[in-house]
Amino acid sequence: MKRYGWTVSSWGIALVLTLPVLALIAEALLPAEDIFRHLWASVLPAYIGNTFWLVSLVMGLSLLFGLPAAWLMAMCELPGRRLLQWALILPLAMPSYIVAFVYTDLLDYSGPVQLALRDWFGWQSAGDYFFPPIRTLGGAALVMGLVLYPYVYLLGRTAFLEQSTSLIQSSRLLGCSPWQSFRRVSLPLARPALAVGLSLVAMETLAEFGTVNFFAVNTLTTAVYDTWLGYGSLQAAAKISAIMLLVVMVLLSLERMSRQRQQVFQKSMGHEQETGYRLTGGRKWAALAFCWGLVGLGFLLPFGILCYHAVRYFDRAWNARFFEYSLNSLVLSAVVAVLALAIALLLGMTHRLRGKRYTVLPMRLASMGYALPGTVLAIGVLVPLTMMDFAINDLALWLGLPEPGLLLTGTMTAIAFGYLVRFGAMAIGAVESSLNKVSPSLDMVTQTMGYGPAAMIRRVHLPLIRKGMLAGALLVFIECMKELPAALLLRPFNFQTLATYVYQFVSDEQLELGALPAIVIVLVGLIPLIFLNRSLEQHH
Amino acid sequence: MTKTFSLSAAALLASSFTAQAFAEEVNVYSNRQEFLIKPIIDTFTKETGIDVNVVFIKDGMGERLEREGRLSPADLVLTVDVSRLMDVVDKELTQAVQSDVLEANIPAQYRDADGKWFALTTRARVVYSSAERVGKTDITYEELADPKYKGKICTRSGKHPYNVALTASMIAEHGSEYTKNWLQGLKANLAQKPQGGDRDQVKAIRDGVCDYALGNSYYYGAMLNDEEQREWAEAAVVNFPNQADRGTHVNISAVAMTSHAKNKDAALKLMEFLSGDEAQHLYASANHEYPVKPGVEPSELVKGWGDFKADSLPLTEVAKHAQEAIKLVDEVQYDL
Repeated sequence: MKRYGWTVSSWGIALVLTLPVLALIAEALLPAEDIFRHLWASVLPAYIGNTFWLVSLVMGLSLLFGLPAAWLMAMCELPGRRLLQWALILPLAMPSYIVAFVYTDLLDYSGPVQLALRDWFGWQSAGDYFFPPIRTLGGAALVMGLVLYPYVYLLGRTAFLEQSTSLIQSSRLLGCSPWQSFRRVSLPLARPALAVGLSLVAMETLAEFGTVNFFAVNTLTTAVYDTWLGYGSLQAAAKISAIMLLVVMVLLSLERMSRQRQQVFQKSMGHEQETGYRLTGGRKWAALAFCWGLVGLGFLLPFGILCYHAVRYFDRAWNARFFEYSLNSLVLSAVVAVLALAIALLLGMTHRLRGKRYTVLPMRLASMGYALPGTVLAIGVLVPLTMMDFAINDLALWLGLPEPGLLLTGTMTAIAFGYLVRFGAMAIGAVESSLNKVSPSLDMVTQTMGYGPAAMIRRVHLPLIRKGMLAGALLVFIECMKELPAALLLRPFNFQTLATYVYQFVSDEQLELGALPAIVIVLVGLIPLIFLNRSLEQHH
Repeated sequence: MTKTFSLSAAALLASSFTAQAFAEEVNVYSNRQEFLIKPIIDTFTKETGIDVNVVFIKDGMGERLEREGRLSPADLVLTVDVSRLMDVVDKELTQAVQSDVLEANIPAQYRDADGKWFALTTRARVVYSSAERVGKTDITYEELADPKYKGKICTRSGKHPYNVALTASMIAEHGSEYTKNWLQGLKANLAQKPQGGDRDQVKAIRDGVCDYALGNSYYYGAMLNDEEQREWAEAAVVNFPNQADRGTHVNISAVAMTSHAKNKDAALKLMEFLSGDEAQHLYASANHEYPVKPGVEPSELVKGWGDFKADSLPLTEVAKHAQEAIKLVDEVQYDL
């Protein structure tokens, strides 16, 4: 009986988080045939093709960058590993639209790279030579791969670290080479986490607007915007969003179905002892070059260029509001990260305690918002929240009190709710993949010993999934720091986040002036990175 | 840890309520970045003591106002581009305003007959040409589609409101079929895929990527004022198209009072101030736009480009064809 509380609150929370998506689906069911047909006949097929290639490319690149890095950091002894494993997360703190801008600046015709080439070879004009244009699908994929690979890296590394060393040792004793042991033991064990990482990458790419817009790559997300703003048809825009949502759902279910037979539990607390491979000679240097190359391209170089701009335009860009906006962003992101983690734990534990097939549904429902572009989601958020606002005001009128106005949509609540809907998936995914690795026999033992669910969670599960929880909270935090489109639409008066502040300059085509606040976004994002990384480091 | 966070969150939440102080205030939803209008608003506050709160909303202003309904805190909307303005007006989100001051300051073609919107500035959609390779030219919008300009033209996305408005004005002038052919011809002449913003088009001329580009007049002014961008701008010349026939296409930035404005008196004061000499002069000097108030001069820099004849087609007509314009842009796959 007592357990009904878990189930009811799970479903309740999941439904609240699904409201914005439901509002959009309702919108999508309204007729908008002629516009939709027109889009279908003109540009939609090309957009779908672009989206498909972009998502595939970014996923491929993230895996190519993130997986080797995760394994090297989890399993190998490298000089400066402590610094490096932390540095590899850094690109995540870079908003991708900023990285896109920096690389455009660097690589376009008048940028330093092509300038040097022209000087060197004596080329006169653009017609004299070929240089791959950055504002293309490939360029967008590369930039996004560089900033999104940390998802794969972070979740992959956590998974490798949580793996029982005894398994790896057994495989080695049974005659596997390190490569075979990786392929046949570590990789299959890490697959759920990698899948979560990749699906985060895929959804992030699907919903990405800033970068693709900047690179003039037309995707379904840009189509959603055009349809809504250009054709003024929210219905047709919602239809396209609904199709995107459907695709995401199908992909995720396929991935899960393929994993269904796989059930692996670990009977240990992860690494009891360091059994890293010691890399030497050429391998060591290759591994170091690979990892530092990622850090350099995904973080150091763009950050350095930002610093250069910030110094040059310092006098014009510096003003006292920084502190206020930084605090806004920090508090907002932290609150959302904590809430998202609490929700993820509730949903994850409910599923665990009830152990029924259908209890997985709230988790899936609550993750839907992630696949929607920020602005579209923001409209979805406005629908239920303004309804509630009106209900509150009507109630006040009925009670003869003064109307309080927009309590929810006129305050930070709207942005916080929007972010929960959009990024809850990350915390849910991280908690889920960690929980899946805790053997159910532990639960049985605990229950046999007479512990209730709350005590079991506190004393058994939480310590075991700490790393996953931290990784999830960290991802949510950083995403909230960077998020732009939803914040732009849901902002109350006199409230700016760092991202909206940077955007002021970006939208006015004065990107250089936005360099300083952009640096602050990155730096503020680093604070929890350092803090969380410390606790990931500590062994139990 | 979480306690401190929730405490500071609560504090933030509390501070984000606009306290109903005794000071008069006006709340503005703006398509325009706050810092662009800040000097004007600061002057207003200094003179009247009325506080102005601005939220910059890039997209979806209409949606937000519609959802907020009678509870909306917004008193005024400031929009750029006539189609975005009409989106808000057609949804019945603005109210009729009667004011002798506004009617005296703003010529009839730049305001709604019922007072549901008032233009504050105009900007011309000009053709930049390479100073070195082309020089000044009497080009028309129609000629941009002429095959002799193959590989010489740059534009930003065809779906950007400024280009949509230009295409809509072509439909109003020549009809859909002609305009579709014109877009196809223009697309065939592009030196590169439509990309970047208006400044990027000027940069592309400097880089030798193209010889002609479409852009708004005020960007050029802003670039000349920027140390680094000055040399980009100096590589290009501003030309006002169609001087021999209907004139150059112009677009507007405008102000309107929302249907549920709570601070009507203060909002009207701000509207009147924005149409007055001082604000109009500030618009001209700080942003290099053309003031709507007769007798207020554009900035020295803008005057240097010479006078031009503006297309007299009513802007509401342009807005009427905007949807069709976007459809044509999609049909010819202009951006792809």
